[in-house]
Amino acid sequence: MKKFISVALVAAMTASLAACGSSSESTDTAAETTAAAEEAETEAEAAEEDTEAEADADAEAADESSDAEGGVFVIGGTGPLTGGAALYGEAVNQGAQIAVDEINEAGGINGYQVEWIFEDDEHDAEKALNAYNTLKDQGIQMFVGTVTSGPCLAVVEETADDNMFQLTPSGTTADITANPNVFRMCFSDPAQGTKSAQYIGEHGLATKVGVIYDSSDPYSQGIYEAFDEAAPEYGIEVVAAEAFTADSKTDFKTQIQKMKDAEAELVFLPFYYTEAALVLQQSKELDYAPIFFGCDGMDGILNLENFDTSLAEGLMLLTPFSADATDDLTVNFVTKYEEAYGSTPIQFAADAYDCIYAIKLAAEEAGITPDMSVSDICDAIVPAMQQIQFDGLTGAGITFDENGEPEKEPKAVVIENGAYVSAD
Amino acid sequence: MKTGSKTLRSNIITYGLVVVFYIVMQGLYMTDNLSSLMEGLMVPLCYYMILAVSLNLVVGISGELSLGHAGFMCVGAFSSAVFARLVDEKIPGMAEIIIAILIGAAFAAIFGFLIGIPVLRLKGDYLAIVTLAFGEIIKNLINAVYLGVDANGLHVSLKDTKSLNLLEDGDIIIKGAQGIGKLPRNATFTIGIILLLITLFIVINLVNSRQGRAIMSIRDNRIAAESIGLSVSKYKLTAFVISAALAGVAGVLYSHNLANLQATSKNFGYNQSIMILVFVVLGGIGNIRGSMIAAVILTILPEKLRFLNDYRMLIYAIVLIAMMILNSAPKVVAWRKVMAEKYFPHKGKINEPGEA
Amino acid sequence: MSSFLSYLISGISLGSVYAIIALGYTMVYGIAKMLNFAHGDVIMVGGYIAFICFTELGVPPVICILAAMIGCLVLGVVIERIAYKPLRGASSLSVLITAIGVSYFLQNSALIIFGADSKTFTSLISIPSISLMGGDVIISGVTIASIIACIVIVAALMAFINKTKAGQAMLAVSEDTGAATLMGIDVNRTIALTFAIGSALAGIAGVLLCSAYPTLSSQTGAMPGIKAFTAAVFGGIGSIPGAMIGGMVMGIVENLSKAYISSQLSDAIVFALLIVILLVRPTGLMGKNIQEKV
Repeated sequence: MKKFISVALVAAMTASLAACGSSSESTDTAAETTAAAEEAETEAEAAEEDTEAEADADAEAADESSDAEGGVFVIGGTGPLTGGAALYGEAVNQGAQIAVDEINEAGGINGYQVEWIFEDDEHDAEKALNAYNTLKDQGIQMFVGTVTSGPCLAVVEETADDNMFQLTPSGTTADITANPNVFRMCFSDPAQGTKSAQYIGEHGLATKVGVIYDSSDPYSQGIYEAFDEAAPEYGIEVVAAEAFTADSKTDFKTQIQKMKDAEAELVFLPFYYTEAALVLQQSKELDYAPIFFGCDGMDGILNLENFDTSLAEGLMLLTPFSADATDDLTVNFVTKYEEAYGSTPIQFAADAYDCIYAIKLAAEEAGITPDMSVSDICDAIVPAMQQIQFDGLTGAGITFDENGEPEKEPKAVVIENGAYVSAD
Repeated sequence: MKTGSKTLRSNIITYGLVVVFYIVMQGLYMTDNLSSLMEGLMVPLCYYMILAVSLNLVVGISGELSLGHAGFMCVGAFSSAVFARLVDEKIPGMAEIIIAILIGAAFAAIFGFLIGIPVLRLKGDYLAIVTLAFGEIIKNLINAVYLGVDANGLHVSLKDTKSLNLLEDGDIIIKGAQGIGKLPRNATFTIGIILLLITLFIVINLVNSRQGRAIMSIRDNRIAAESIGLSVSKYKLTAFVISAALAGVAGVLYSHNLANLQATSKNFGYNQSIMILVFVVLGGIGNIRGSMIAAVILTILPEKLRFLNDYRMLIYAIVLIAMMILNSAPKVVAWRKVMAEKYFPHKGKINEPGEA
Repeated sequence: MSSFLSYLISGISLGSVYAIIALGYTMVYGIAKMLNFAHGDVIMVGGYIAFICFTELGVPPVICILAAMIGCLVLGVVIERIAYKPLRGASSLSVLITAIGVSYFLQNSALIIFGADSKTFTSLISIPSISLMGGDVIISGVTIASIIACIVIVAALMAFINKTKAGQAMLAVSEDTGAATLMGIDVNRTIALTFAIGSALAGIAGVLLCSAYPTLSSQTGAMPGIKAFTAAVFGGIGSIPGAMIGGMVMGIVENLSKAYISSQLSDAIVFALLIVILLVRPTGLMGKNIQEKV
């Protein structure tokens, strides 16, 4: 009987291997067509008759895929779409999609349409490589990813080997931009930690500061370390530093009690808003009300479904993006995003949106065309990235230095009456 | 005598399958017929097969349930990665990876031994839960460890980089949750296949040796085995330590395949341990060839389901449940036997694609 | 002193949630002899049901809790019928893997239905908190509710198992399935009943977990599930009072080690303690030691 099973399994394996080999090209084109069709569908006005719109979209998709060889820029991205970090990958995918749709509507990049493909990497290094390789099989020319830092560190070496242009929207760990082909849109961890310490020190917010951080998350740990290092320089004493891990991220009472015992006047929370909401809620339960100070990961707390925003009253955060901003660019983006996906965009979505526009500008600066090879595009676009300057959602006058780091100013905001108010 | 030649033939088929797999993959690779995805999966497939075969030694042959296999993989990965960073390309890549494999295997074996002595006294599900706990401890510890090196030697801290007190020229090797970066990435498919063959050689020989028969007799009836004077704990421990060492080898391949190594719940947590267990159970407990094939299929399957977009992992879960029921449910098994008898009266004579 | 008390109370509060989850694990393990890894995810579903009832439909908290219990009960029975029952008689490993599959299935279904962003759960428990020692030590209402719920559930389960016919049937199935069948007990029905009770408990656990730590996402049940499972083993899996004690000890040890040893290593310490306990008492704190017969 066992033999029968193994025969069946072997057959299945052989079949899957064969499918992985030469036939992959045909599946790729099929995938492209469906991706293009989907894209076209989102473009189609929702008010229009469904059947008609679909027919149109199909026709459009057919047109697009027919000149797929020379006429379309294919930009790919990877990030978690399943598992605990799915929120961030989803936001990047959706933010980028909005930018791509806008660009296509306005005539594309250098006159060529743009196609956006996004693959799930499950927030894991090995899966991220698989996702990136899948994108390569689908013919991407530029790479916007990965969303999370850990997988990003593994993928950067692969993109360096391929000489693929990479712009990560949200990979914050310092080493990510070590290779010349890699740029990032967000701040690096050290930059955020130092800037937070600087802001707290220069504005005289507090001298005794406590930190709670996620020791199992490179992002949080990186910011904490940089903050800790920069603190003395700005007259800040870190009186308590307590960690939590991904495996126990619901109960913060002990950490909060420690902050309370150390008499911290300000508690620095360099992690994401989902956990921060719990910290705020449990602090209230324990009757502890210092100033809370967060980083870019804190943005989104006000839009957390069903969250009691009065808990966040007085919370300060240093963030390059806030969905409540009233400038035209942000309003336009937030409206479109809410219309398309029914939720308010978080900073990840904004970073991804800016990534696509940065690529557009750099591509125009470099004058690249889709028929160029991946490596040629990379060689042309890397110097162009250092030339461009643009106003994005995550900052005005964004430029990139030769290390691939963005130059932009974070805005300090404070939450008053359930809304962001500029703190300066 | 007849059974002897039968096992021999079965073993040759197993080795042959691996060699055929190697030739096919390498051939496709050389002629540029392999997609980037499959190219990237070549080394992972090797370490998943090694993991499956090595866990089969504990679960299938020794009859113990271990949910901490990824913990040993983690030990192997991190010890070898630290070594790779310490020698820092001072020795050639090939020599480096060979020494790294030995180091990874040794460290994993030591951990296997240390955890095995007390733990193997436990039975069944209690053993399972302790191995699960062990895996979680390893992951948690590694996420808290900082390790640096400078002219004064190695510095270790459980707090942060600052408390390492490194000199100016010091190099931080393990940076807590940020893990180990700048790894050499010199694992190749050929090395992976050689290691897989060695793993198979070790496991198959152990199974067919005097020791292996002792281990299996303990599995089948511990009290009877004890009564004829077999030292239960010694044999169980042997299997456990060998299995841990082989998982460590898989970890070395893992760490030498990625540029950056971090311990997350995804790669070294209980989820991974359970995934390896799935390979073993699906491939047939105790069936070495089956677990290899299951490892290959279950590694490629989620990648091939990518066209399902958001529904990918959902469908994967359904496929997993369906496969388990079709493979193991007593009624289905009985029905399949009837069908097999009906259509293949001489079921021993089915041609294996590998043989043809 | 007051900080120590605060740590202890946070520990008890966490422990009481672990205890209720552990009760579900231990019920199912005790009778069906299977590690139901999907239990944590049933809890997550319970949380979502209560969330929708309260936030979207605006029904009173008591009905929300009932809805969560009934929803989980139905889910539990359906899972048992579809995924576990066909495998009765197969190796326990097959069932374990199927449970993992069910766990993935529930997590990914929730991800697709409810989206990736987590929801803030409004506490359904409106018991006021108690302030001791001039406000230095605060016991929250949810903690009080969890502890009371825990004690009531343990007492009710003990009474059910020892005093009712169905309960005695469960005991019989757990002792010896074969003999129970011969005595005319419908094993399938008994096991289904066990799943029903265990899953209804998961519904309550979901409400309490989300009320104590008010966040809800597809991953909410996963880690508490594993920890509560550890707690159940700790207390002696299969033993109902053991699950409660195990849960409490786990919660307290986790919080005290966070406070006094290392907040990064608290998980490692808890798991290390588990290993030590099992080495000293191989079947957990309250577990029965079954002598193997030839």
